[in-house]
Amino acid sequence: MSSKVRQEGASSDVEMGEPTSHQPEAEDTSMMDQDDEENEEAEDEYEEEEEPQRVKLLPGSTATAASFQFLDEGHTLGNALRYVIMKNPDVEFCAYAIPHPSEAKMNVRIQTFEGTTAIEALEKGLKDLQDLCDVVTEKWVAESEAFKASA
Amino acid sequence: MPHKPPTEEEHEARKLVGINYETITNVHATDIPGHYPGEDHSWDINKFRDGFKVQIHQNDPYEASFSLIGCDPSIANAFRRIMIANIPTLAIDQVFIYNNKSVIQDEVLASRLGLIPFTGGREGLQDFMKWRAKDDEPKDYNTVGLELCVKCENNPDASPNETDPRKLYKHAHVYAKDIVVTLAGRQVEFFSGENAIRPVNPDILIAKLRPGQEIDIKMHMIKGVGSNHAKFSPVATASYRLMPVINITQPILGRDAEKFQKCFPEGVIGLERVTREEAQQVGSGYEGHEGELKAVVVDPRRDTVSRECLRHEEFKDKVKLSRRRDHFIYLVESTGQIESEQIFLESVQHLKAKAKKFEIQLKNMVR
Repeated sequence: MSSKVRQEGASSDVEMGEPTSHQPEAEDTSMMDQDDEENEEAEDEYEEEEEPQRVKLLPGSTATAASFQFLDEGHTLGNALRYVIMKNPDVEFCAYAIPHPSEAKMNVRIQTFEGTTAIEALEKGLKDLQDLCDVVTEKWVAESEAFKASA
Repeated sequence: MPHKPPTEEEHEARKLVGINYETITNVHATDIPGHYPGEDHSWDINKFRDGFKVQIHQNDPYEASFSLIGCDPSIANAFRRIMIANIPTLAIDQVFIYNNKSVIQDEVLASRLGLIPFTGGREGLQDFMKWRAKDDEPKDYNTVGLELCVKCENNPDASPNETDPRKLYKHAHVYAKDIVVTLAGRQVEFFSGENAIRPVNPDILIAKLRPGQEIDIKMHMIKGVGSNHAKFSPVATASYRLMPVINITQPILGRDAEKFQKCFPEGVIGLERVTREEAQQVGSGYEGHEGELKAVVVDPRRDTVSRECLRHEEFKDKVKLSRRRDHFIYLVESTGQIESEQIFLESVQHLKAKAKKFEIQLKNMVR
């Protein structure tokens, strides 16, 4: 529904005031004039835009028992991360939760045995997850090539 | 307490989720460190590599079916969720209605236009086109302009007895193919010729008109993700199911075998003749049945696990149904903008990028 509203809004007076300003010939030429450099600058701007910090340590955490809050993440990362962290034998407990569905926040609780810290366990989990993705890609590409060759 | 390493059989049994007449059993994965004392289940990338397998069953641009074997549901589900909600595509997002005399309301028309899947040159769509933030000006690298301008008129050439409105009038039906793309700036480089931006299916009906009615619309297409609106999702469906396992524990012969076959979808159960060797084997259950038909499992992947066979008294104790916990059969149906195979590969890359981003952020947090 939200998009409908947005779409409707877009066709309202605000935009209708100067309707052709978006796709006009005048703008076309201005775009043509834009040389590649300028375009690249714009692209760079996107990449260099500073990312807001999206993970934080929740209060009450100790070295071996900590809760982390991830912003704008959900079950996709939460459950996958929970799984790889639980695979770590130094981790005593790991769980994730989305405390409220209308807040885009995801909490991960990690408790470790002595000898390591919760932050280290989380870091190892994120690394393991990347390795896992590499293996999946590697195996998939190999199998896909074999499939195409056999077809 | 001396630890006995699990036998091969036990390993297999751990992978199966039991499916009974009314219940399911053994639903939890147990490959977590500490679950079995003395066993090592800690994460090891080499162990994962050895145990992980991919099978491709079908790999078409619009539909792909493949199996991931040897991974956890949390990982399989992450890929599925990313394919649906996080892989960006281009879709119509803003509709400027200059004139709409058709019976279909402005907002409904706008919604319909948004849902039309478009395709075009891969390089242009995926590399050249960038995100457009809310306050960004439309530029050639973040917005594709489209127009739809049709007017319905009487067709003077139609025969007087004609009743088909498509022949009686011109432009009685407005289709997706009537949408015209207006390229700007560098878009010409990327979206010309066979790379042209076009609806995946040109025959999608948008509206119906009668003489005197017209539609005059300009549209902006931008990059977005399925989590914002389903129209941006690159897939019609992306789903997985667990591999069915059918284990015939006691021979099913003759008429029963034929009946048993009918309990399953076509191709799952086959019928074979009992061989002489089998019939001679004492205790096999085939003694004296040489030449009779027996039921054998041919292709369990095609089974829907309807449990129909368990409803029949005669099969109840002769078959054990289960599903393989770590065998995920995916079905990915693309809407046409990105090839199915590419959608999956991108989902894996996306998960990796997510993990990478947070690894960096974690370092910032600690600092």
